[in-house]
Amino acid sequence: MDNILSIVTFIPAVAAAILALFLRGEDEAAQRNAKYVALFATSITFLVSLGIYFEFDPANTGFQFVEEAEWLIGLKYKMGVDGISVLFVMLTTFVMPLTILASWNVTSRVKEYMIAFLLLETLMLGVFMALDLVLFYLFFEAGLIPMFLIIGIWGGANRIYASFKFFLYTFLGSVLMLVAMVAMFADAGTTDIETLMTHTFASNSFDVLGIHVVGGMQTLMFLAFFASFAVKMPMWPVHTWLPDAHVQAPTAGSVVLAAILLKMGGYGFLRFSLPMFPVGSEVMTDLVLWMSAIAIVYTSLVALVQEDMKKLIAYSSVAHMGFVTMGIFSANQQGIDGAIFQMLSHGFISAALFLIVGVIYDRMHTRDISAYGGLVIRMPAYALVFMFFTMGNVGLPGTSGFVGEFLTLMGAFQKNTWVAAIATTGVIFSACYALWLYRRVVFGDMIKAGLKTITDMSMRERVIFAPLVVMTILLGVYPAVVTDIIGPSTEALVANFNQSLAAADLTPATQTVSH
Amino acid sequence: MIQADLNVILPELILAVYAMIALLLAVYSTKDKMGPLLVWSTAGLMALLALWIAGSGSGNNVAFGGMFVDDGFSRFAKVTILLSAAAVLVMGQDYMARRGMLQFEYPLLVSLSVVGMMMMVSAGDLMSLYMGLELQSLALYVVASMRRDSVKSTEAGLKYFVLGALSSGLLLYGASLVYGFAGTTKFEGIIQVAQHGEVSVGLLFGIVFLISGMAFKVSAVPFHMWTPDVYEGAPTPVTAFFATAPKMAAMGLFARVMHDAFGNAVSDWSQIIALLSVASMFLGAVAAIGQTNIKRLMAYSSIAHMGFALMGLAAGTVFGVQAMLIYMAIYVTMNVGTFAFILMMEKDGKPVTDIASLNLYSRREPGKALAMLVLLFSLSGVPPMLGFFGKFYVLRAAYDAGLAWLAIAGVVASVIGAFYYLRIVYYMYFGEEGDELDRNSSPVLWGFLMASAAVMVLGIINMFGVEGAAAAAAATLVN
Repeated sequence: MDNILSIVTFIPAVAAAILALFLRGEDEAAQRNAKYVALFATSITFLVSLGIYFEFDPANTGFQFVEEAEWLIGLKYKMGVDGISVLFVMLTTFVMPLTILASWNVTSRVKEYMIAFLLLETLMLGVFMALDLVLFYLFFEAGLIPMFLIIGIWGGANRIYASFKFFLYTFLGSVLMLVAMVAMFADAGTTDIETLMTHTFASNSFDVLGIHVVGGMQTLMFLAFFASFAVKMPMWPVHTWLPDAHVQAPTAGSVVLAAILLKMGGYGFLRFSLPMFPVGSEVMTDLVLWMSAIAIVYTSLVALVQEDMKKLIAYSSVAHMGFVTMGIFSANQQGIDGAIFQMLSHGFISAALFLIVGVIYDRMHTRDISAYGGLVIRMPAYALVFMFFTMGNVGLPGTSGFVGEFLTLMGAFQKNTWVAAIATTGVIFSACYALWLYRRVVFGDMIKAGLKTITDMSMRERVIFAPLVVMTILLGVYPAVVTDIIGPSTEALVANFNQSLAAADLTPATQTVSH
Repeated sequence: MIQADLNVILPELILAVYAMIALLLAVYSTKDKMGPLLVWSTAGLMALLALWIAGSGSGNNVAFGGMFVDDGFSRFAKVTILLSAAAVLVMGQDYMARRGMLQFEYPLLVSLSVVGMMMMVSAGDLMSLYMGLELQSLALYVVASMRRDSVKSTEAGLKYFVLGALSSGLLLYGASLVYGFAGTTKFEGIIQVAQHGEVSVGLLFGIVFLISGMAFKVSAVPFHMWTPDVYEGAPTPVTAFFATAPKMAAMGLFARVMHDAFGNAVSDWSQIIALLSVASMFLGAVAAIGQTNIKRLMAYSSIAHMGFALMGLAAGTVFGVQAMLIYMAIYVTMNVGTFAFILMMEKDGKPVTDIASLNLYSRREPGKALAMLVLLFSLSGVPPMLGFFGKFYVLRAAYDAGLAWLAIAGVVASVIGAFYYLRIVYYMYFGEEGDELDRNSSPVLWGFLMASAAVMVLGIINMFGVEGAAAAAAATLVN
């Protein structure tokens, strides 16, 4: 299978086309068919993608399974994966069947719903596999369309505002990246990511409109990409679209948003910012590290006072993404390994948390924390699963959340001790808001009349959570499943980064730690 | 000699002679029934001519001592003009007929204006330029007020005429200045005089006035005021026509004059066009936000799109012209589809233009709504639709020519503009239940809508070879 990547990417799109063209009607049978087709397609995608996982050679730090074809104006259709991207591909194919299962109760416009999610999967997979700048941009931006529709059509009461904010915010972030891409195309004469990684962009400082730009071209390009990825990530202070989008999106939409779409920002930093603009990254490192530290503490505090469960988890996502950016811009092996680990772990844990909210939202149709209490009395299985993922969110050792936080903090400590120290307080805050949420929802007396008849999780819901529990524990107790795969690639990335800085007469600012 | 000249202008000749013969026939026959027949025969003839021009060699032919140039550039523009005019004629036929507006004059005026457009993009001399321009404009003034019993339509025609005459005046004044300071009206003579660094002030004034006149025709800011009123007032099929072929022709003429006559003084005019471009993009994006009438909205949308096309022209390079041609071809295709949709918006047999009437359209007509969704995202330049590639080309051209600020302004404007396209999506997909539009299922309109949407999606594979054709066309213009 020479083109396994394209096959994996486009299976969902083909399924979406089949649904669009051949499925007629809105009756129950048609709805059921749409659900089964979507479930089948995403499952097949996952099974085929296992082929990528098993065939992948971690020792090879270059791109594997590469496919290449000519395209317009010297662009290329080029796909490939390396140690950094392969696990994101797996995360995507792994999470999608679960989100389809989680949407089993959707009743309005089921066909369109499934088409939107299937197209979204294709576009997300494309982002992680694209090895051409414009191809990457194409997948990256196109993902906005289905997500816009998902929030706008199947979202909550305030969905219009949220969908417009989501679209315009992220679109504005990305178009500057497009200009930078045009500039890179003009400078290097190619849009091939593999070649661009070895291309050195000019880094002599110059003045723009009277402002002295240290690092010159590289810094400007870094900022343009940063605008896009920071919004996507999202980093403080451009995170405000995320809580709105999460709250209004349907459960499955939130799951995809938290588990996969947010990871595109971090992936972008690793794929573009660090390898292509090392000088620009180095110049901006302090800013990004401090922004991450602020994000961790500030959004944790904001999460503490939320009254809407989804909003609370959304803010906690922003805080966790703060660890990711902190790890990435530590620019050392532990930091980057930890950042990727944290992204994968957050993919499982936040997905699970949004699903957990979805379970009781389906029953009570409210997300207000104050509307619940004492759920453990009638929903013991639910309480157990909720407990488990709360611990994962807090970063309890033994869950995957711990490994990611620990590694990123260790990486940051070597780069900037103060940032690491401040970020560590975020770990405590996360315990505060997560455990308090759990206490208010699950423990206490069951005084609300509506809750007296609430039922525990159904078989379908248990089936959805099982794989997420397994992955969270597996990554928590045996992190090597991840680090063995990403290790060589991140090592090469860090080595190249330091080499480029040395070539530009900049040594990475590392604090000497006394042992 | 004359024989050779006539051979070069044969396509234009055929269309002009056809229009006159058909006019006579229609006048002397039972004229009311000739309308539909003439629409089809005119559209058919245009499509045939387009095929013929597309297939006719790659040489550079000059006729009438350089007054008329038949090169790759003009052929590309002519094919686009002819095909879009034919498409719009066919699309509007049913609409016009049901409202008793399908007089036989309509297709004939359109074909005469198309002759003018073909003349414009082939002009090699200020005289032939003006001739083509006026032939086109006069026909368009009349078509704009085609609905004789409607005050708005008459107003549109009158406004268009008065402002158009003013712009023609500006253009003529510029032409006379250029003639005075260059000593010739031929582009090949002007280009010898207008060398970089030695353009005299008089010639510069001439350029500025010429640009003003042409900016009016492409409806670039600040010469755009007529556009929303004319778009709104004219019958929808006529609006569709205004939004497609004349825009391509005017843009082709613009490129022709700037490169053929002033190609050696790029730095003298590129900043003017860059300014027109940035003003058009922002005005088009911002002013459309408040519009509720879809035709007015499309008018502002076309102003913004002309801004992007001008960005390619402002680059002043071969690639810039290629980017502009590709942008225009994509723009015309998108607009044909969009207007096919607008023509289908009817309630109780009456045309509706309020975008709020589209409430939850997607639930009743999922196929058409999806096609329109694709077109709207393509118009706003969101990948993976073809509209994005149009923008990518012009951005690249602008950046390569050192106009990075223009590229940045362009993408910011495109984000602002995305808002109003999204608003239509909002009405179609997220809106609330309300009065339903008619289930108009004209197969012709449906076909154009679907084809245009399909092109926007499938075109990203190889653009149907337009890229190469545009590159060849641009190469013949800029040397």
